[in-house]
Amino acid sequence: MPKSSDAAAAGAAPKKAKLSVRNLWKVYGDDPGGVTSGDFNGMTLDQQLAHVRAADHFVAAANVSFDVPEGEIFVIMGLSGSGKSTVLRCISRLVDPTMGEVFLDGDDLLKANARALIELRRRKMGMVFQDFGLLPHLDVVQNVAFPLKAQRRPREERRAHAREMIELVGLKGKESAYPHELSGGQQQRVGIARSLAANPELWFLDEPFSALDPLIRSQMQDEFLRLQKQLSKTIVFVTHDFLEALKLADKICIMKDGQIVQIGTPAEIVLHPADAYVREFIGDVPLANVLAAEDVMGPAHDDGKDHPQVPRRTILDEAIKLFDDHTVTVDVIDDAGRVIGALDPLTVIRSLYHDDVVADI
Amino acid sequence: MSRAAKRTLRSAQMAWPWLALIAATAILVLMRNSTPAIVGYPDGWTIPLAEWTNIAADWFIERAQPFFRAIGRGLDAAFSLMQIILTDLPWLAVCAIVALVAWQGGGRRLAIIAVIGLLYILISGYWIPAMNTLSLVFVALPLAVGLGFGLGYLGYRSAKARVIIMPLLDLMQTVPAFAYLIPILLLFGFGPVVGLVASVIFAAPPMVRNTVLGFQSIPPAILESARMSGLTGWQRFRWAELPTAMRQMLIGINQTTMATLSMVIIAAIIGGFEDIGWEVLSSMRKAQFGQSLMSGLVIVVMAILLDRITAAFAARQLPTASFEGLPPLRFFGLLAIVAVVAIAAGYAVPGLWIWPEWVVWSPAQDINGAVDDFLIRYGGAMDSLKNGALYYVLLPVKIGLERAIVPFTWGVTFAPGAKVAYWAVAALACLAGFATGKWRAGIAVVIGMAFVYFGATGLPWLSVLGFATLLAWQLGGWKLAAFVGGSTAFLLVNGIWSQAMLSVYLCSVAVFTCILLGGLLGIWGASSKWVSGAIRPVNDMLQTLPQFVLLIPALMLFQVGDFTALLAIVAYAIVPMIRYTEFGLRSVSPTLIDAGISSGCSPWQLFWQVRLPQAMPQILVGLNQTVLYALGMLVIAALVGTTGLGQLIFLALGRADAGAGLVAGLGMALLAMIVDRILQAVMRRRL
Repeated sequence: MPKSSDAAAAGAAPKKAKLSVRNLWKVYGDDPGGVTSGDFNGMTLDQQLAHVRAADHFVAAANVSFDVPEGEIFVIMGLSGSGKSTVLRCISRLVDPTMGEVFLDGDDLLKANARALIELRRRKMGMVFQDFGLLPHLDVVQNVAFPLKAQRRPREERRAHAREMIELVGLKGKESAYPHELSGGQQQRVGIARSLAANPELWFLDEPFSALDPLIRSQMQDEFLRLQKQLSKTIVFVTHDFLEALKLADKICIMKDGQIVQIGTPAEIVLHPADAYVREFIGDVPLANVLAAEDVMGPAHDDGKDHPQVPRRTILDEAIKLFDDHTVTVDVIDDAGRVIGALDPLTVIRSLYHDDVVADI
Repeated sequence: MSRAAKRTLRSAQMAWPWLALIAATAILVLMRNSTPAIVGYPDGWTIPLAEWTNIAADWFIERAQPFFRAIGRGLDAAFSLMQIILTDLPWLAVCAIVALVAWQGGGRRLAIIAVIGLLYILISGYWIPAMNTLSLVFVALPLAVGLGFGLGYLGYRSAKARVIIMPLLDLMQTVPAFAYLIPILLLFGFGPVVGLVASVIFAAPPMVRNTVLGFQSIPPAILESARMSGLTGWQRFRWAELPTAMRQMLIGINQTTMATLSMVIIAAIIGGFEDIGWEVLSSMRKAQFGQSLMSGLVIVVMAILLDRITAAFAARQLPTASFEGLPPLRFFGLLAIVAVVAIAAGYAVPGLWIWPEWVVWSPAQDINGAVDDFLIRYGGAMDSLKNGALYYVLLPVKIGLERAIVPFTWGVTFAPGAKVAYWAVAALACLAGFATGKWRAGIAVVIGMAFVYFGATGLPWLSVLGFATLLAWQLGGWKLAAFVGGSTAFLLVNGIWSQAMLSVYLCSVAVFTCILLGGLLGIWGASSKWVSGAIRPVNDMLQTLPQFVLLIPALMLFQVGDFTALLAIVAYAIVPMIRYTEFGLRSVSPTLIDAGISSGCSPWQLFWQVRLPQAMPQILVGLNQTVLYALGMLVIAALVGTTGLGQLIFLALGRADAGAGLVAGLGMALLAMIVDRILQAVMRRRL
């Protein structure tokens, strides 16, 4: 799978964060500002939550912090009501957070005034919505060119650019169709093209594929990965579908009741779930499709013999095909071809069955 | 305690106030001969609200009149200009322009309909009055639309404004327009401007509602994507919100157009100026049915054309619209060319400028003759139909069986034995209700039978107040009870109680007729595509027609009186009942019907136990509308000599008595709102 490598696992220096969210709170109620003022910052998180709830306020996002390095796909995963969409809307300032900081290249987005915010959205952000949000009275080209119209670019230029975007998302030939003439998948391609039209640095996607049929959804996910390989945007992607998160993410952030439960790479999450809540998601995940060779390898098995070799990001489903009656060791190699570890059948089976199952055998 | 016992206890707790009230009513009824104040609210207990209103109004009018007269002069100028354009242009040009606009909206079919309609107006000889009315519509319409849009957008943007605007709309639409014609009359003086201002007020509400609805139903994703595209506030409004809300707003414009036309025509009552409403009204007053029918048809034609053309423009906004018309610039270019050519043709051939007299054909006299012949031949049958309805339905509800059953009407006297038997049946039905656990039905039977026995005008007012308030309290809590009690008290202390009960009488007969006929038609329509297809255009027609056109045929056949009014009210108010019954029954989910069938329901059971209960919420909405329509039509029906609040308003209009008119109008609105709020409480409880 075309994933960029996880910084820590590769042992490289951590990349500088493009987008940083620090202690973000969103509280709904009669007086959110009042409830979170005073000695609120001096309390522990549990005290804070109790304090807000005692005042009959609702916590949509509680003390959310994370970093997204440039060019990475950061997936926020949670069930409905977990606060995932709220966090995304706070970052894009569609919703004003109650407290906290959001840094883009070191500048606090929350301090931007109305004029600056419009400028930021025109130049630096693009967003895709679950219900597409296409304007029914505009055709495909006009919809895609819409953000450029907002920037008052000349008509011919924006139409030409919109055509490029339409071709990029594979809708060539549908330029003059209206939204109601398109299928759901095609409409979302228009939504994607529109969000990319202004060539943003940050790309926000709010459950973009949830309204689509499973087969179309899978196609769109592949398409999304293809686009990202080409474009290398910094992405925040919200979904309630754990498998989608595993398939797309460089990092996953699992949320529940407005709080972050766990942040980690897909492999970290499936191998070391933070708690029972996360473990429940993993229950029916086909792990062989999620884990890569390097996620489960042991130390290199140096017995002087030649073993079959797999690149470190090979998924287990592929790697285990190399085991046979005569082969009990498969070497894992890094990008330079050096052996960095080895797979043996027992560890592979253990990892696929969540350890505890194997322990019973 | 068992659950059944608990339930019995609870229903007993709810039932005893009713029983107590029934007992109190019985006592009041027994005492009514010695104390007349029990049935007729005593004059000494009233407050002169109408007079106070007049004093306040006089004070205000004296100071505000110059200001309003100035506005009036402005409107008058706009109207005169429009009148000059429409009446002085060659008819050929006007027809060509209308036809072209119709074509732009709905294609060739609509253009042909427009030409045929306009030809009828020309041939029937009512071209000038029609154009005069149309000038009023064209001046009032932009004002109503602008006002409606402004208020609607304000209501969308600000929740605080919405709290004020929405009840105001209820008032603007439920207070009969005649009631506020009087203050307008006093402020603006006589003349077409009064009708113009009244129609702006009357026609703005649908635009407000549709504007609010249109903006509120913009999908959130569109608003968010507009913000994320970096649109400024103005750009968001202009490029995203307005176009998305436009379709709903065009529906609003369509409704506002129809309301404007309707009101402009009704305003003829306060004095005409050779407009088509005046033609109808004056020929109706002179009992020239042929003329009133011919001119009424002109109104019908105008209504249909305005409706179809505005509706076509609204439909064109649908993304699925097949017809697009010309691009705006080319369309206006073509329009200008056609107008110039038509005017030039008018210069060349005078007959194309002013419609030649010899092509006018009016069969009015022939119709008058035919109606006379018909009445001479079938008058007996018509009379017995009318008298039957009058003696056996209208009178009992109006004055009660105890006074309606006399030898002159029923051919028998209401013997004491029969009276005892009547009440015994009521008591038994009530007991049976309680015994089977359906105490509500039992109570309803007793109250219903008492209503028919004493008549709307014979009930003790204290009981009516009590029953209405109790019903409101049990359905909607103390807030609703306070509203209903307060509104009823308003009718009492203003001394308009007897008129209000007369209105209740005519209205309730009309509504029951609508429930019966409309319900049956709706059920029939829901079961047969063919029937449904046949009913729909009739319904559309009845709804688009300005209300008082409906009086004409009823008046032709049955002369003035309650029965004529009843027919006109039913014709107008039955439409929502039919529509919502059919719609409710049709929209029962197929899964439920399948489930019913597979549970072994007979068609009869399927209807009563599955489809009807499921359709009930929709039917209640229809019923609510029917009541509001009936009350609205009641005022118009007062033209044909009914008594009640409507008559009171007309009398006030004649005397330019703003206070009396407003009090009666408000009374009417309160009646409508009582029924509306109670029905809404019923609907909420069913959900």
